[in-house]
Amino acid sequence: MVLVKRLVLDVLKPHQPNALEFSQAIAKAGGDYRVCTTVLEVDENTETLQVVVEGDAINFDAVQSGISDLGGSLHSIDEVEVQGEPQAG
Amino acid sequence: MNLLEQTRFLLRITRTHDIMRRYFVVNGFDGALTMLGLIIGFLVSGATGLSVIINVCLGAAIALGVSGVSSAYVSEVAERKRALGKLEDAMITDLRDSAHGEAARGVPLLIALVNGFAPLAISLLILIPLMAANAGFVLPVSPLYAAVAIALLLIFLLGVFLGSIAGVSWLRSGIQTLLVAILTAALIYLFAGY
Repeated sequence: MVLVKRLVLDVLKPHQPNALEFSQAIAKAGGDYRVCTTVLEVDENTETLQVVVEGDAINFDAVQSGISDLGGSLHSIDEVEVQGEPQAG
Repeated sequence: MNLLEQTRFLLRITRTHDIMRRYFVVNGFDGALTMLGLIIGFLVSGATGLSVIINVCLGAAIALGVSGVSSAYVSEVAERKRALGKLEDAMITDLRDSAHGEAARGVPLLIALVNGFAPLAISLLILIPLMAANAGFVLPVSPLYAAVAIALLLIFLLGVFLGSIAGVSWLRSGIQTLLVAILTAALIYLFAGY
């Protein structure tokens, strides 16, 4: 099994909810997720964010669902850190 | 997220807190002034049965409530749809299943309920003395004058509420709205009763 430890995502979102609420919603997708969000660009109706998610076993689908539930759109996965688990026996 | 938190969240992302507050005050003021006008109209008209007065006022209160709900719902659905469409254009994505889509469906209903509830609730509060007297309770003053006093008090409180929102003197704001009510009463005394 391969565990996802870190993701760097490029996300477009409306101004509301703000970056804090947005990050909190992503963090809620997993019990131990640490989320670091940087606003890269602000347009009239949207913001471009770099979202860094760290955790022991990140569920990508849950993160993506958290983003789209708040009206965000995942543009790209810019960095990934995964770790393979040694096979038992 | 519980229902209250969810409601607050949807109002926040659509930035409709202030719209709802404005609707509450505007239509609440409408309800209070309409009841004040009706009751003063009955006062200048001379003796009329309490049940007739209550029925007329209740009819007006219900009409104000239904009018408030329906008019706000129709206009807010259009406004929210337009705002969602604009956001979808900017995002180049379908937002129907997102919180913004949910807000576009739920917020108009919430605003409509507030818009209808405000005049209905304020009218019913004003009618309490009339209903109490009609139910056999003995009041220290005439029920019509008691209803007028409650109407003036509620109009003053709406002014106080507006003052607290604007961050200006609550007393000054309350007196301003009270003066509008007194002017209304004066106009009714001037032009009615013939």
